[in-house]
Amino acid sequence: MNRQFHRLRVPAVLAFLTLFPLVMPYQALAVNILIFGLYAVGFNLLFGYTGMLSFGHAAFFGIGGYLTGIAMLDFAVPWPLAILAGVLCAMLGGGVIGFLAIRTRGIYFSMVTLALGQIVYYGFYKAEGWTGGENGLRGITVAPLHLLGIPIDFLNPLTKYYVILIFVGIALWFVSRVLNSPFGAVMEAIRENEKRAAACGYDVVRTKLLVFVLSAGLCGLAGALRALHLSIVPIDSLHYLQSGQAVMMCLLGGMGTFFGPFVGAAVYLLLEDTLTNLTSHWMGAVGIIFMLCVIFFPKGIWGSVLDWIEGWVVRSPWHPR
Amino acid sequence: MSAAILEVEGISQRFGAFQALKGVNVAFEAGRLSAIIGPNGAGKSTFFDIVSGARAPTEGRVRFLGRDLTGQPQHEFARVGIAKSFQITTIFKQLSVHENVRVAAQMRQARYQLLRERTAMHTVIEAADRLLERVGLSALGRRAAGDLAHGQQRCLEVAMALASDPQLLLMDEPTAGMSPEETGVMMGLISSLAKERTVILVEHKMKLVMGICERLVVLHHGEVLAEGSPHEIRNNAEVRRVYLGRR
Repeated sequence: MNRQFHRLRVPAVLAFLTLFPLVMPYQALAVNILIFGLYAVGFNLLFGYTGMLSFGHAAFFGIGGYLTGIAMLDFAVPWPLAILAGVLCAMLGGGVIGFLAIRTRGIYFSMVTLALGQIVYYGFYKAEGWTGGENGLRGITVAPLHLLGIPIDFLNPLTKYYVILIFVGIALWFVSRVLNSPFGAVMEAIRENEKRAAACGYDVVRTKLLVFVLSAGLCGLAGALRALHLSIVPIDSLHYLQSGQAVMMCLLGGMGTFFGPFVGAAVYLLLEDTLTNLTSHWMGAVGIIFMLCVIFFPKGIWGSVLDWIEGWVVRSPWHPR
Repeated sequence: MSAAILEVEGISQRFGAFQALKGVNVAFEAGRLSAIIGPNGAGKSTFFDIVSGARAPTEGRVRFLGRDLTGQPQHEFARVGIAKSFQITTIFKQLSVHENVRVAAQMRQARYQLLRERTAMHTVIEAADRLLERVGLSALGRRAAGDLAHGQQRCLEVAMALASDPQLLLMDEPTAGMSPEETGVMMGLISSLAKERTVILVEHKMKLVMGICERLVVLHHGEVLAEGSPHEIRNNAEVRRVYLGRR
């Protein structure tokens, strides 16, 4: 895909997301897609662009949510600052887990992140006084806010969607900038060939750690926004199934593409929403659809769409040869 | 005699019970085209791994321009000015040919810049253009590197190694797997590169390096068997026995 296209991708995605809730069956689902889309985008930075498959990213999603909630409930921090606290703590967690896991590669990296993610899960599970343990962290309420004289009521689902979209939009802009930057080029170089990247003079370990921390921060932001959205942080946020979801969403939508993880999140959640009404075995149905997608669209849904568009552009008569 | 650019002192490398290198001492002069030759298993690649920073030796020191680099990570070797092209083609296959060279060329300017546009770094882009021109791949810049023919990938790898403008270029069997025509092109390229910087080759095809190298180091069973000009090596009885005699 050419660079002009890259410059337009953030405005295009934001325009789409602005209209998105109007075509969704209900707003809460749209908010969910927004949040999980961001979660998958954050994960994709590490997995799709740097080639590191983490099975522990629920840790950052959960830390972001819990710390935002704890900041608001126990320290009466206003919610925008509480989000910041959640993101910073997720990045800190990312620094620690990343530092430990980056020494390993491939399947060992995946297993170490999985194990460390589980440690975080049990830590939060046991710290009942702070986290509510099994019941999750409850009672997070967003005080009505007046922004430039305009009252912002978080109880209105559509208002909530657009407030969350502001955060997601800033995050997507940031991700797009990083991907277009020289650093983004180094990330891809490391994914393609670590040996060559090191021989080119790039510090592979330090670059990986920095990506890990950024990825953790983005997933933490998704978790923080979810805490505000649900008014509760369920302990499941930290569960390894939540980590697996990020992997599925990325593969479904198309790893290593900017918008793919968002598409993956939307498809996954829409499937879940539709199928839970039909059968209690919806997981099985999602699993089958997931397998079919991986077999027939190995580049993911969005990855395949991009391929078609590119093929069409190249074949078109006005394409320079 | 001009100053040594690379000095290797008493280098040994053990892999378990096997000793790949046994106390190798050798120095390379700046501005020359040298080659390390020897039969398979002589320790050439291990030696190269050590002087390019991919592996720390069990014993011994590596000095580059008088600076001790032993035990430094590989990226540090690259930053002080040692570049390497690998025996097995090592490129970024899914990236475009131009991007392969461009990302290698940005190393001196941008390693951790998150918010700058890579397309706005014009000097880096122009440097990549020039390098592709030099190795004859200008027309293929937009193709995915993995789609190139083997010989073209080898040339791309040389362009990537040159991108950091190294003082010392290490080339591990640059003509491995190439057709005779491609080999000719590569040898021409190597000769022209040797006019502007120090180049050390690893080769086991002895005929190839005899013609263009000024100095040869012969490794055998992890030890330096002989070193000298091609003429001296050709007439060395020991070398003839272990190496040339077999052909």
